[in-house]
Amino acid sequence: MQLARVIGTVVATQKHRKFEGAKLLLVQPLNLDDTPRGPSLLAVDGVGAGVRERVLIVLEGRAAGEAIGQKAAPVDAAIIGIVDHVEIDAAV
Amino acid sequence: MQLARVIGHVVATRKDDNLVGIKLLVVQPLTAERQPAGRPLVAVDSVGAGTGEVVFFVRGKEASFPFYPVEPPVDAGIVGIVDHWDVG
Repeated sequence: MQLARVIGTVVATQKHRKFEGAKLLLVQPLNLDDTPRGPSLLAVDGVGAGVRERVLIVLEGRAAGEAIGQKAAPVDAAIIGIVDHVEIDAAV
Repeated sequence: MQLARVIGHVVATRKDDNLVGIKLLVVQPLTAERQPAGRPLVAVDSVGAGTGEVVFFVRGKEASFPFYPVEPPVDAGIVGIVDHWDVG
């Protein structure tokens, strides 16, 4: 899983039926120091995340489908948690 | 599977129902020479690993198998704590 920031919402009227009812968000993957890493991507939301929240995303197809309660959904990224905080032990 | 060191953890109160009770650890993948390799990631823990320990983790849907029949939506999971390894 990766840390990411929700940076926007996506509206698409015409889409695969498995997306019906699923919220589609634009997320920016983050490094541990909160700097952006790589291109932003679209993720379905399984937890009710909102714009500007820091979230945990899963980048795997079947797991992403499970996050929205769908088998065989054509998705590859999903938000599975809203991050309260991350603790990194600098001594390690 | 890959070697990694546990360098921290993530706290998330609001999360997928199937993640409740599962520990989320930040791991830094390692080379066989114990050097950091690539970017850190978040992995679920099924073996009781803790910060500072060297572990091995699996990527993909298989990361959810230790929690069967519950199927948490995860893509990386720690499945072993390494005692030691030798190269060549």
